[in-house]
Amino acid sequence: MDLLLHLIKKNEVSITDIPIATITEQYLATLELMQNLSLDVAGEFLVMAATLIHIKSRMLLPAGDNEADEDEGVDPHEELVRRLLEYQRYKEAAAELEQRDLLTRDVFVRSATPMEEAGPRGFREVSIFELVGALKRVIDRLPKDAVHEVALDKITVREKMTLLLETLRGHGSVFFESLFAEVKSRVEVVATFLAMLELVKVRAIRVFQEEMAGPIMIEAAARMEEAAEQVVLDQTEEDRHGA
Amino acid sequence: MEREEVKSILESLLLVADGPQSVRRFSEVLDGVGDDTIESALRELQSDLDMQNRGIRLAEVAGGYQLRTPKVNADWVKKFLGGRPARMGKATLETLAIIAYRQPITRAEIEAIRGVDVDGVIATLLERNLIRAVARKDVPGRPFLYGTTPEFLQLFNLQDLSHLPTLKEMEEISLPEVPPDTVALDHLEEN
Repeated sequence: MDLLLHLIKKNEVSITDIPIATITEQYLATLELMQNLSLDVAGEFLVMAATLIHIKSRMLLPAGDNEADEDEGVDPHEELVRRLLEYQRYKEAAAELEQRDLLTRDVFVRSATPMEEAGPRGFREVSIFELVGALKRVIDRLPKDAVHEVALDKITVREKMTLLLETLRGHGSVFFESLFAEVKSRVEVVATFLAMLELVKVRAIRVFQEEMAGPIMIEAAARMEEAAEQVVLDQTEEDRHGA
Repeated sequence: MEREEVKSILESLLLVADGPQSVRRFSEVLDGVGDDTIESALRELQSDLDMQNRGIRLAEVAGGYQLRTPKVNADWVKKFLGGRPARMGKATLETLAIIAYRQPITRAEIEAIRGVDVDGVIATLLERNLIRAVARKDVPGRPFLYGTTPEFLQLFNLQDLSHLPTLKEMEEISLPEVPPDTVALDHLEEN
């Protein structure tokens, strides 16, 4: 829905008067791009693509073919327009809500709960699509060594977590790419990536970028020390069981 | 009790209060003082603070009264507190808007509007206590119906749900025969 509305806006056309052929083409092109980037195209996108193609195909049929219309019950084109208008309505409502005096952004109360961490002003959150895209670039850059080396060193996600936390304690923030500078194998890349995701989950770090398609940054977040302690605890626990 | 005294006490109570407080809560404490007196004293306090351009203002939120800082001081307060405000992603905000205007609403109904899966967003909103499951819908599967919480009103500086910004009409709609909201009903009547 969002992608469709975005395309309609980009083409500067009205929702009620969508050039179906053009929009369908652009929609499919965007999906193809997403697939080329090896991103999962969610089922919903495919449903929308099918709807667009369905509408386009109906428009090619001679007009006055009422039988077909009655089969359908609802004209898919009208239905799509209705849904787009409805969606746009809530999108606008959301924008209006966002402009209100938000607690902990515009107005504050006494004993204000410590503000949640989020990307610095003007920085945007990195979507999972972008992260996976960045990961793919790292993997592609690995030497395509045909020899399969059996790594004796056991690489654990926990080690990578410790390493990442140490780096951040020293530097405050690092580039996503630089995490993988020393990394030699696919296994290691994946372990590092998982370590990063795990730390994001417990809010020990945050991942953001300054602009769309800009470099991805990682920095320490509120619960970093807490997480670091937990990692050490878990490690000790594991060592004891292992021994 | 003198009016000025009532105002002074209310100001103290508002300062120590945790969250918005209702007139009833104040009248429980100030026994003998009528709700009317309390309410007008609160309004007076509110306009005093506004008139004097004070650094605290009395806001009416979530069915009660609460001292809040004015927006003009936001940057200074933020600098003082150090952290950064939690930002809400676009998907989260849109989903929250749909729930706010259409409550009670099921997950499937939200997905029908947004056209995408909202599981993760719903989980975030529940976790942040901005929405809650209010009932189950009497349809197969008995899905949860979601609605907004008082925390939602507090976050958006809203007195109650009737103060939500008015939803724009779908004026340019090209389907004059069926206003969108009645589509489902019309279908029922046909059957």
